[in-house]
Amino acid sequence: MTGTHYVYWLLFALMMIGLYVVISHGNLLKKMIGLTLFQVSVFLFFISLGKVEGGSAPIISPEVETYSHPLPQVLILTAIVVGVATLAVGLALAVRIFEAYGTVEEEDMREHDEDRHGAAS
Amino acid sequence: MTTFTVINFTLLAILTVTALVIARLRALYEAAMLTALSSLVTASLFVLMDAVDVAFTEAAVGVGISTVLLLGVLALTRSREAVTPRRRHLPAIAVTALTGGLLVYAAQDLPAFGSADSPVQRHPVTEVYLHQSQEEIGVPNTVTAVLASYRALDTLGELVVVFAAGTAVLLLLGPLTHGKRRQNLDLMEYKVLRVVSSLLMPFVLVFALYVLFHGDFGPGGGFQAGVIFATGFVLHGLVFGLDKSQRVVPPAALGSLVPLGLGLFVGLGVVTMLLGGSFLDYGTLLPAGGPAAQHLGILIVEVAIGITVAAVMTSIFFAFAGRRPTR
Amino acid sequence: MILLEILSAVLLAAGALFIVSGAVGLLRFPDFYTRIHATGITDSAGAGLILLGLLLRTTTWEAGVRLLIIMLFLVVTGPTATHLLAHAARRDGVPVWRKGDPRR
Repeated sequence: MTGTHYVYWLLFALMMIGLYVVISHGNLLKKMIGLTLFQVSVFLFFISLGKVEGGSAPIISPEVETYSHPLPQVLILTAIVVGVATLAVGLALAVRIFEAYGTVEEEDMREHDEDRHGAAS
Repeated sequence: MTTFTVINFTLLAILTVTALVIARLRALYEAAMLTALSSLVTASLFVLMDAVDVAFTEAAVGVGISTVLLLGVLALTRSREAVTPRRRHLPAIAVTALTGGLLVYAAQDLPAFGSADSPVQRHPVTEVYLHQSQEEIGVPNTVTAVLASYRALDTLGELVVVFAAGTAVLLLLGPLTHGKRRQNLDLMEYKVLRVVSSLLMPFVLVFALYVLFHGDFGPGGGFQAGVIFATGFVLHGLVFGLDKSQRVVPPAALGSLVPLGLGLFVGLGVVTMLLGGSFLDYGTLLPAGGPAAQHLGILIVEVAIGITVAAVMTSIFFAFAGRRPTR
Repeated sequence: MILLEILSAVLLAAGALFIVSGAVGLLRFPDFYTRIHATGITDSAGAGLILLGLLLRTTTWEAGVRLLIIMLFLVVTGPTATHLLAHAARRDGVPVWRKGDPRR
């Protein structure tokens, strides 16, 4: 039964790599890239739940007998476009932060704030 | 080991290795390129898992628009990451190990990959989507049928999110003014590129329209069409320069197209309510009702989605490209 | 038709061979210009032969037309991309490798 679970484990590994990049790296752009990786692996996981062995794409045609489930695909299709839209917002924020602080690194931003407002901030 | 398993495993292994390399790379241009590669491998995996519509969208959006945006931002900011201090690694490793362990433990209850009698497949709504939709709506691509008709309200919500994101980017990066001529963004001296781009751009736009209208019969639909349409203008903007591109697509026109699609979608829902049905009940659009009315409703919805997504993606690109690097 | 199947298998195998050779060239060649020369093979010869092999297996004419359009698109954009890479590298000042130089 667990023979086919290698797909889920590999996708979890991908998710964890993306999550690790988001948490540990201080560069804002690297975080966005890590978030993209996380997102992509979540999409793959969701779609893999709808796959039927020996099935085909859910486009009704007289030659096909089994179809994979269309509902996960509908949800992920819109999620992908929303994902790139939010990536754009995140990147726009990064650009504005860079123009205000001169850096996109979290550590440098924190030092910049402490230097300007004192350690009480 | 079937060929499916071999291909599946190979693609997943490539994806994992790419992710590991992205995590370790400090040079951000290379990381952006590898992200595009991982999106392409993901699109292949989607095709393998029979999700052709999703693969289409991922290839257009993840490989195309995402990469252009990342590279655009890298051109505005620095492209090399600082070394992560050691003390940040430990909490990250702890969290990911814990979460990963929990996920693997919970995955024991998941149905086997590809099983035909999992709860997802046995639910009665599967019957409705796959077979009843042929009598009620008559659209062979069930993904479009579910997206634009059965679950049109979800799609409206997603479109609102895209609209909000476009508005947020425009608010953050300023109004789209006519960009002055900047050498580092236009590639006018590359004659081959100019000729090939001018050759290809009309075909890209026509292909976007084809994808929009063919979404009923094959992979396609409003989201993919909007993104491909925007890609045509991104290509034009990259090759011919932002000022020429903004003469082709004036920012004022873009600004009015962004809410137009959303307004069309919501307007359709209001019209169906005024005609006596519930919100987005396409059966009221034509006096006979039935599949013809559903087709009309789906067409209007897909066009609305295409308009807003294309306008949002193009204005996001113009906003990033028009920003002057300050340092 | 068994002849079409054999021919298509031969074309697919040849295309795969060209793609592998492009990948090997990418790893082994000593210089940027020679490497993009190797990958140019992948797009034109490799993908073209694979598409021709698939063309022989199509059952409907719509699929055949789509494959031809894809091949046309690749023929137009592949060499353009290689040309641009070489042009950009030349403009950037990447030196050309001569015999006896270390591998870059």
